[in-house]
Amino acid sequence: MEFLVASAIGILTAAGLYLVTRLRTFPVILGVSLLTYAVNVFLFASGRLTTQAPPILTDATTYTDPLPQALVLTAIVISFGMTAVIVMIALGAYLGTDDDHVDDVPAKQARKKGDAA
Amino acid sequence: MTHWLIAPVVLPAMVAPFIILAARYHIGIQRVFSVVGVLVQIAIALGLALRTSDGTVLLYQLGDWAAPFGIVLVGDRLSTMLVLLTAVLSLFVLLYAIGSKWDERGRHFHVLFAFQIMGISGAFLTGDLFNLFVFFEVLLIASYGLMIHSGGNARLRAGVQYVLFNLLGSTLFLFALGAIYAETGTLNMADLAQRTQLIDPDASAGIRVAAVLLILVFAIKAAIVPLHFWLPSSYAEAPAPVAALFAIMTKVGGYAIIRVYTLVFPADLELTAGLHDVWLLPAALLSMAVGAVGVLAAKKLDRLVAFAVISSMGMVMIGVALFSEAGLAAALYYMIHSTLAAASLFLIVDLVRQSRGHVKLKTAAPVAGAALTAGVFMAAAIAMTGLPPLSGFVGKLMILQAALDGPLPVWTWALILVSSLVSVVGFARAGSTIFWKAQSVEVDETAEPAAPPATLSYVAVGGLLALLLALTGFAGRVYEYNTATAAQLYAPQPYIDTVMNTPGKLGRAGDAKADYDTDGKTGDETKTEGETH
Repeated sequence: MEFLVASAIGILTAAGLYLVTRLRTFPVILGVSLLTYAVNVFLFASGRLTTQAPPILTDATTYTDPLPQALVLTAIVISFGMTAVIVMIALGAYLGTDDDHVDDVPAKQARKKGDAA
Repeated sequence: MTHWLIAPVVLPAMVAPFIILAARYHIGIQRVFSVVGVLVQIAIALGLALRTSDGTVLLYQLGDWAAPFGIVLVGDRLSTMLVLLTAVLSLFVLLYAIGSKWDERGRHFHVLFAFQIMGISGAFLTGDLFNLFVFFEVLLIASYGLMIHSGGNARLRAGVQYVLFNLLGSTLFLFALGAIYAETGTLNMADLAQRTQLIDPDASAGIRVAAVLLILVFAIKAAIVPLHFWLPSSYAEAPAPVAALFAIMTKVGGYAIIRVYTLVFPADLELTAGLHDVWLLPAALLSMAVGAVGVLAAKKLDRLVAFAVISSMGMVMIGVALFSEAGLAAALYYMIHSTLAAASLFLIVDLVRQSRGHVKLKTAAPVAGAALTAGVFMAAAIAMTGLPPLSGFVGKLMILQAALDGPLPVWTWALILVSSLVSVVGFARAGSTIFWKAQSVEVDETAEPAAPPATLSYVAVGGLLALLLALTGFAGRVYEYNTATAAQLYAPQPYIDTVMNTPGKLGRAGDAKADYDTDGKTGDETKTEGETH
């Protein structure tokens, strides 16, 4: 199970980073979402992986660490809110400039737009 | 336990929803409540700063749960001083926003402003790394709203970059927190400080990764080269009062570095040996140099000021990276100075924009109010570049003096002096282009003359400059205070004792009693003082 979780975190992070380097808002936002999934699983695993145990100390032998669950819950809420904000801002920027590049507009594209206008 | 310690967080958190619910459509009432809220915030912060000025560590346990399990807020000299700085800065920024009517150009300026103050104050006061993350998010989400306040395509585009960069930073922060929790089983800073001492230095791989990730995150916030890319366009495109308030945001990153790397991973800790001295000082020197070159190369005044912020943050980090008490004291002095100077410069950029219509470094005809604007620009530029007689010069002298005993003294001296010269040239060129050469341009008689900026705007800028002047005049006193602060940071045992041994619902009450009896002062005093309120 450790291998499975570790590789899941690794693959999610790699995919997220790849998408972030695409520099167009939609892939970048997807990439950031994947990264937050990866970090949520990572946080969850930071309290050691235990199966079939409640996050409450009922008897002292089998329980899973409750704190990472609380942390993950907070992190999920925050990242969800942040994703909503970035989608709104990116949409505004796209509708305003008709361009979804995250970095400054490349010269070639700016010229093309100048011709069209 | 004093309840006043949570007031700087709770007060703006109450003011903001109140404004939204009661005064949503009435800008006048919003302004009144916003200003009164900030004034009360200053009073509270002043009270807290006075209480901690004798070295007392204040503690607030949320829900009365004791430290390693509960969330705590901790106020010592450093955090209360920075909360006070935030409150004072926000007052002048708010006055400017009202005077220049920036707050009318979009919705919910005052609400977001209050939430931003709440996030910054909370980040300074929290004693727990995860809550540091949460308060970072609070101040960031407010800053996203402020950043795109009053809209416009350029601002939205810069906003996308700013938000994305910070989202990636937040993700990295969570990775760091997960790694720290997996290695130590706690996120409370005082508890961490105790546990990092116990970890076997041979088994340090995980915690070293965590320490590096953490310093990367804080370096992103502090805009240290090479992690500064988000800063120039976002600060340049943000509305002027927002950019001025953002002057304190890079300092939050600086504060986090100071806090974590004196308390949790101090420089003499064998576990993380070699992380601090190798990387931080060169990165700080590089930031200062890159910032200075940016000042010289900028084609617009707002970009120029943004690069000056990077340069001054590099200067602060040089003081921190010396990892000595003298260095830290100098860095704290420079931190106060650069916050005030950068904020006043961002406001002055807006004064220029109002009178000329743009801030390109090109000559244009003189406009109404230009003489006064030129005067305040010159004063602020002198402060920022560190020319005598203003506080930048004093702060720079302190850092130079501290650098003599540090590593790489020759490099530090050379780079500081050359960068100062370069930014002096940059600022002088900008000032002479915008204000001096304006006389040589033919005035277009047909053009509608721009209205001079409002008096309140000048009051706000003048207030910030007066604070800079006071900082220069009382440099000795401030430096003494900062030396005491640095000493407190380098002797964190009272801090740790107060946090860990104050009893609460789940506290180790028995242990705590014993500790009070032996060292008497720290926690006990905090507690009894708090109960009188």
